[in-house]
Amino acid sequence: MIKLEDVTKVFKVKDKEIKALHNISLHINKGDIFGVIGLSGAGKSTLIRTINFLERPTSGKVIVEGEALHALKKQQLRQVRKNIGMIFQHFNLLQTKTIFQNVAIPLILEKQNKQAIRERVMELLSFVGLEDKANDYPSQLSGGQKQRVGIARALATNPSILLCDEATSALDPQTTDSVLDLLKKINETYNITIVMIAHDMNIIKKICHRVAVMEDGKIIETGDVIDVFKEPKHASTEKFVETVVHRNIPSSIYTLMEKKKDGVFIQIPFINDQTGTLVSTLSKEFQLDVDMVYASMDEIKDDQVGFMVLHLLGTENDIQNGLQYIKSNNMTYQEVGRNV
Amino acid sequence: MFETTVTTEQFIQAMVDTFYMVGFSLVVGSIIGIPLGILLVVTKPNGILQNKVVFNLLNPIINMFRSLPFIILLVAIIPFTRFITGTSIGTSAAIVPLIVYVAPFIARLVENSILEVDDGIIEAATSMGATPLQTIWYFLLPEALGSLVLSLTTASISLLSATAMAGAVGGGGIGDLAISYGYERFDSFIMLVTVITLIIIVQIMQSIGNFIAVKLRK
Repeated sequence: MIKLEDVTKVFKVKDKEIKALHNISLHINKGDIFGVIGLSGAGKSTLIRTINFLERPTSGKVIVEGEALHALKKQQLRQVRKNIGMIFQHFNLLQTKTIFQNVAIPLILEKQNKQAIRERVMELLSFVGLEDKANDYPSQLSGGQKQRVGIARALATNPSILLCDEATSALDPQTTDSVLDLLKKINETYNITIVMIAHDMNIIKKICHRVAVMEDGKIIETGDVIDVFKEPKHASTEKFVETVVHRNIPSSIYTLMEKKKDGVFIQIPFINDQTGTLVSTLSKEFQLDVDMVYASMDEIKDDQVGFMVLHLLGTENDIQNGLQYIKSNNMTYQEVGRNV
Repeated sequence: MFETTVTTEQFIQAMVDTFYMVGFSLVVGSIIGIPLGILLVVTKPNGILQNKVVFNLLNPIINMFRSLPFIILLVAIIPFTRFITGTSIGTSAAIVPLIVYVAPFIARLVENSILEVDDGIIEAATSMGATPLQTIWYFLLPEALGSLVLSLTTASISLLSATAMAGAVGGGGIGDLAISYGYERFDSFIMLVTVITLIIIVQIMQSIGNFIAVKLRK
């Protein structure tokens, strides 16, 4: 479990103070894949680095697996860091060492014996599918393979947390998918908590359970990924969401709506089969003429998220009752048009 | 044209003296200079052992030694040389100023080589819970090794040219031969031979350095 309480980070650059993090509070559950998304300069990199104290917050608390990091002595902090693996956008592998030696380094630092190191490294390399590359050098590997080495190295000390700093940003889409699959497998096999930062919502969509959206050093929205995709609350979040899922009513539909004589148009966001028998209920029990004008669905991880636009025709009273019914059934709607 | 007063024995002795001076001062200079170079890097602002006092003391001292031309340094520290070796003339006496000259130079070169290592490597080391010493030993030095070899090659070549001036204190060596025979006694043949010899030695040193650096860099 990771807890950030009121974390602020101020950088001093020549008398100027730059506030990279503004009073951030965050709670990341054990075993979660937690995504942080934001544009460059939003403070994501600084945020993820406060979790292992590569960046020491100017104020506020970081609590990792029950330990308040600011209270730790250097030696204790190093011990905590061994429990937090980290992978990087540019891999940060030692160019002069073989793949085997790169993965072995965290174990060498712990002064484990050679036999134990050998076994553990080979086990890790086979887990990431690179056992045949043990004696190669990083320069002989592709980007995706390098990141796999980075992952193997980060897992060497059996950490309970893995931090991913733009881990797939330097990779092509196909390789990105395979690295994400590997991260998912790690999360499922070892129940390791994964915190990843990204600027691409597609990555969040593919593997994250929960997401925080950052802007100008602040977290503007947090929630389950599916909920954020269904109903983003902040305008910036909406922009991120729109890069992945369809959220706008096409203009041709608006034209079509104008042609309809009267009635109310509502937009209802939903997840999976959340809407159930809504359409038939509205028509049977509230005597409304219901016409589905438009609908759109996208797959987010293992769920469907989408919205539909309904045209409701009936007496004002019936319409109001129908809308009330929607609200009382844990659904939301937004009026997008009304013809009188 | 091919007449000379210098005997083959004298020439060989001069070669031996040169290599002795270069070799000895390179080894001792490295023993002093490499740790100083590392210290410069780690105590720098934002370094892994950031320390204003050490850095602000070390940095100007190294600059001070670096700003003296060798021939001046050689003469200026004669009392120190005499204190160390008991004499101020001869090959062994020349080694003291050579070391004083090359150690700060090596420190600077080592500093630059290590600074070339990507910050990401240090970040990775820190994230693994490496101690500062482990970071230096397992991360910085191996990654900088190729560049360090080139730095030491540069230092060796500078030493070679400095040994020529060591002739001023009767240090011997090829440079001395060129000055005291080639120049002062108008022996153009030995002048030509020493010049060609020096060129060849520098070429060989640089080639060896490059070769090792390439091997180490993978």
